[in-house]
Amino acid sequence: MSTPAIEVWGLRREFRASQGLFAPPRRVVAVDDVSFSVPAGSVLGVVGESGCGKTTLARMILGLLEPSGGEVLVDGKRLVGMDRLARARLIQPVFQDPFSSLNPRRRVRDIIAMPLVAQGNVTTSEIGRRVAESLERVGLSTEQGTRFPSQLSGGQRQRVAIARALVLRPRIVVCDEPTSALDVSVQAQILNLLAELRRDLGLTYIFISHNLAVVEHVASEVAVMYLGRIVEKRESEALFRDPRHPYTRALLGSVLTPEPGLGVPDVGLGDIMPDPANIPPGCRFHPRCPACFAPCAATGPRITSLEDGLVECHLAG
Amino acid sequence: MSALLEVDDLRVTFGSTAAVRGIALKVEKGETHCLVGESGCGKSVTSLAVMGLLAKGGKREVARLSFAGDDIRDYDEKRMSHLRGDRMAMIFQEPMTSLNPAYTVGSQMTEVLRRHRGTPRTQAVDRAVQLLTRVGITAPGLRLGQFPHQLSGGLRQRVMIAMALMCDPELLIADEPTTALDVTVQAQILRLLAELQKDLGLGILLITHDLGIVARVADRVSVMYAGEVVESAPTAELFRAPRHPYTRGLLSCVPVPGKVKRDEPLGSIPGVVPRIPPGFIGCAFKERCSYAEAACASPLPRRYIGPAHEMLCILPEGSGA
Repeated sequence: MSTPAIEVWGLRREFRASQGLFAPPRRVVAVDDVSFSVPAGSVLGVVGESGCGKTTLARMILGLLEPSGGEVLVDGKRLVGMDRLARARLIQPVFQDPFSSLNPRRRVRDIIAMPLVAQGNVTTSEIGRRVAESLERVGLSTEQGTRFPSQLSGGQRQRVAIARALVLRPRIVVCDEPTSALDVSVQAQILNLLAELRRDLGLTYIFISHNLAVVEHVASEVAVMYLGRIVEKRESEALFRDPRHPYTRALLGSVLTPEPGLGVPDVGLGDIMPDPANIPPGCRFHPRCPACFAPCAATGPRITSLEDGLVECHLAG
Repeated sequence: MSALLEVDDLRVTFGSTAAVRGIALKVEKGETHCLVGESGCGKSVTSLAVMGLLAKGGKREVARLSFAGDDIRDYDEKRMSHLRGDRMAMIFQEPMTSLNPAYTVGSQMTEVLRRHRGTPRTQAVDRAVQLLTRVGITAPGLRLGQFPHQLSGGLRQRVMIAMALMCDPELLIADEPTTALDVTVQAQILRLLAELQKDLGLGILLITHDLGIVARVADRVSVMYAGEVVESAPTAELFRAPRHPYTRGLLSCVPVPGKVKRDEPLGSIPGVVPRIPPGFIGCAFKERCSYAEAACASPLPRRYIGPAHEMLCILPEGSGA
């Protein structure tokens, strides 16, 4: 086991949701006591439904959002409170929507150069060299570097976003739904590119997605989030072969693989939708859980360690 | 007996772009026909053209367009608007943008009936309650008084479905009905649609980019590329023996749990979807196709390679695969 490239300890974030002029604001716990570590060169997949806190988690790890508690360590250095420029050299984002994450009024090469320019101590010729290197890495031509984002396709724009993330040679890239806005054929190109870059540059990814098939393809370890907590975290192969948490099972059961004749599965989750502003007592999944029994409504389950990960469920104890 | 919906040689152009280039399709009563393809292939434009809802600037030409045996090709806007929402209904991808945020669920649902049928308000409300229950919404009375923003995404899409069913339609056109939803909710909504179809004998034209959905719900699939149907077949046959190089490429791009190994590259289709000008001749896929040859620049024959399996490609029988 190699040393962890990134460690997260007890990360927590609360929001205050206004309920109107005179009512007291409600506390919404978006991320609740999340811990994990990712070994250098591997990929942690984070999955869960919308509202489970996966994007809030990503924003805290990237330093875009102040945590209410907890620590993020990259190579043993504390990220919370670190200088922005130093942090940018360690960790970089790739976001979902390459249409809104690129400045439409700048040329591609200037977009990619931005992180270097912001560092302030890099010479113009060095910037030119590094931008050219980044463009080539992601499979874009020098000519494409002179265009504006609007002149590129969705897949090409996502390549630009990846080139921008790589130009500072970070240790860690946080990918938040990097292929969700793309067509399947383009998604495959981008996933293949990300895999190639990881191998060639020894990058570590935190890969957030709602698409479980994609996560299975790229991740070495997978964390399943439900209402702000990691309810199961396992080695990828084990999780997909033998999911232990009822929520993971339901999630995997809902994936529609391209196999005709199987019909649409009944996932048995009922109609209650998870609401982060209204987290149920006991196990937070119990109102939807097909395997719910007496203790689930009363007390929250403890984390059970498994050989290949951990799970937070009364049934696993 | 004629099919519920029959379209032949449909063409749509927007200025100098040919969005739909001569497609034919049929939806039978009780059947789900899936139009699948990537963004920009013309699948949504096809459904809008059928409904007579093309945006300004869109020009439609069609050799045959019939609905339940009636020729609706030359219907004017007034006659089409009688059909829409009544005998043919639609659901769209993003229920938040297709529901009016300023009106309650109840007033939007009952408007459909009152407008098309002149049904009195109380009766229309009864029908709305009944349908909301049918689509699995608990406390329908409460929901009728709520505004769309007070509902979750899954609930909104259920409301959209219930609204589409208000007038007992015969044909339902669903454009990416679950794309904005979580996988768990998606499974619930698709099960609901399948159930409703069985009970009501609906014909469904389902537009999607998701081959997983196609495999699980479609009876028949038409694969669209650059404004054409390049391959059309019964679902099981298309997935078992895809013939068109584009269909094969598309299927190889999808990561299938348990089938594609980690760290092995996924199949991908190089290049991007081209823009096709009107009057284009030959195969639109030839620049991205590894089997392309000189003859691909000539007009392509539409070939039957099985009783119900047709494709638009010159590849000889049994090659490539």
